[in-house]
Amino acid sequence: MAAYMSAGRSANAFSTHDFVPEWAQEEVSTGTTIMAVEFDGGVVIGADSRTTTGAYIANRVTDKLTPIHDHIFCCRSGSAADTQAVADAVTYQLGFHSIELDEPPLVQTAANLFQQMCYRYREELMAGIIVAGWDKRRGGQVYTVPMGGMIVRQPVSVGGSGSSYIYGFMDSNYKPGMTKEECLHFCTQALALAMERDGSSGGVARLAAITEEGLERRVVLGHQLPKFSNT
Amino acid sequence: MISLGQLVFQVEYAMKAVENSSTAIGIRCKDGVVFGVEKLILSKLYEQGSNKRIFNVDRHVGMAVAGLLADARSLSEVAREEASNFRSNYGHNIPLKYLSERVAMYVHAYTLYSAVRPFGCSFILGSYDQDDGPQLYMVDPSGISFGYWGCAIGKAKQAAKTEIEKLQMKDMTCRELVKEVAKIIYIVHDEVKDKAFELELSWVGEVTNGKHELVPKDIRVEAEKYAKVCTTTTSLLHGISVTWVQNNSTFKVFFPHFMVTN
Repeated sequence: MAAYMSAGRSANAFSTHDFVPEWAQEEVSTGTTIMAVEFDGGVVIGADSRTTTGAYIANRVTDKLTPIHDHIFCCRSGSAADTQAVADAVTYQLGFHSIELDEPPLVQTAANLFQQMCYRYREELMAGIIVAGWDKRRGGQVYTVPMGGMIVRQPVSVGGSGSSYIYGFMDSNYKPGMTKEECLHFCTQALALAMERDGSSGGVARLAAITEEGLERRVVLGHQLPKFSNT
Repeated sequence: MISLGQLVFQVEYAMKAVENSSTAIGIRCKDGVVFGVEKLILSKLYEQGSNKRIFNVDRHVGMAVAGLLADARSLSEVAREEASNFRSNYGHNIPLKYLSERVAMYVHAYTLYSAVRPFGCSFILGSYDQDDGPQLYMVDPSGISFGYWGCAIGKAKQAAKTEIEKLQMKDMTCRELVKEVAKIIYIVHDEVKDKAFELELSWVGEVTNGKHELVPKDIRVEAEKYAKVCTTTTSLLHGISVTWVQNNSTFKVFFPHFMVTN
C-alpha cells in the first residue's frame, strides 16, 4: 500500500518494481496546512500551495481553496484525487439543492453533504476537509470534517499535516471578535509557521475572505511570508 | 393524454370529495400557526379524540386535512418521509415551502395517469422555525400549493374564508388566535344538517417552542367557551335589535350582548 503522508515509507531505495521509480508509486497527496476562521460577517480561509508525490513536489502553486457555491468554499487536505472527487460531487448536489429550494444554500447543508460522503466511504477515502462560508441565516460559519467523517462547527479550525505545528499558535493567538483584517493576518502568520516546519507544506499562502458581498482572494508569495526566526 | 377533460374531471370530482368533508382551517399569525378542524361525530360510540384530522409531519410541521381520510393519511406518510429524508441528507429542518412543493408534486403525479386516481383530499401544512418564522401552505387534489396567511378547506370553506378575512392575523399572537379559530369553526358549523361535532385544535409557534402539538386541554376549553358565547350572541342578535333597560328610573339603551348569560 503506497504511503500517503511521506512518513513510514519502506526503507529500500530499490524496490522489486524497478520499472517505475518509487516516487511515482506514491499517492499524490495534499500534505498540507489548511485553516478557516469565523468573524462577524463572514469567514477567512487559508491554505498552503504544495502538492506532493512522495518527496517530489508535483505542484508548487496548488489552489486548495475550492469553491462549492457562490459563498461556500472548502479547504482540501489528504489525497488530492479523493478530495477533488468529493468536492465535485458535493458541488453538484448543492447546486441542484439550491435550485430546488430557490435560495442560496446553507453552509450547514454543504458541510453535511461532505460529511455524509466522507463517512459513508470512510474506508476508501483519505480526505480531511474544512467547509467554510457565509449564508444569510447564520452568517459566517466554519465546519470541520476530518478523516473518518465527523462534523463539528468551530469558530477556528486547522487541518492537514502542517496543522500539528500550529495548534499552540492558534490556541494562544485566536481571539473571538476579530475583524476581517485581523483574521487575515492571523491566518497568514499561522500558515507561515506551519509551512516553515512541515515538509509537506510550502509554496505560497493562499487566503480568501468570504462575506455577503462576495469573495476576496489574496496570495502571499514565499518571500513576503512573515519570518519568525533569523535562522 | 387529455381526452377532452376526462382526467381533469377526475380532479374536479376529487375536489368535490373534499367539499363534502367537514371544515378545516389554518391561520398564520405573528408568532405561529393555528389549525382548527370541525370533526363531525358520526356515532355516539366513537372514543373522544379518535379519528384525528391533524397530523404531525415533523417536529415543527403540522398538517390538517379534509376529504377522503384514507388518502389524507397516506399523504401524511409521504410528507413525513420527505421531511425525514431532507433532514437526513441536508442536516436541518425542511423549509415548509419546499415540503409543500414536494408533496404537491407527488399529488400531481397521480393526476397524470389513468391507471391511478387522484388523491381525494386537500390539506393545510403549517410550521414554525427560528429562521423562516410561521409558514402556512395549502395543497389541493390538482397538485398545486400556495402560501397563505389564512385558508379553509371543506364544506364551509367560503363562510370560513369570510370570517378569516375579518381578522387582523398579522398582529395577533397564537393565544389570541386560538380563540378566534375556535369561534370560526363554531360559526361555520351547521347545527341543522350536522349534529354533534368535536373541535380539534392544534398549534405551532413561539408559544410551543417550535413544536407542533394539540392545544392543551385548558386552553381549548377556554377557547370553546369563548366560541360558544360569540355564536350564541350572534344567534340572539338575529332576534333582538335594541333592549330597553330600566336603571334608576332612567331608560338606557344597551347592546344585546350584555344580556347574554351562558
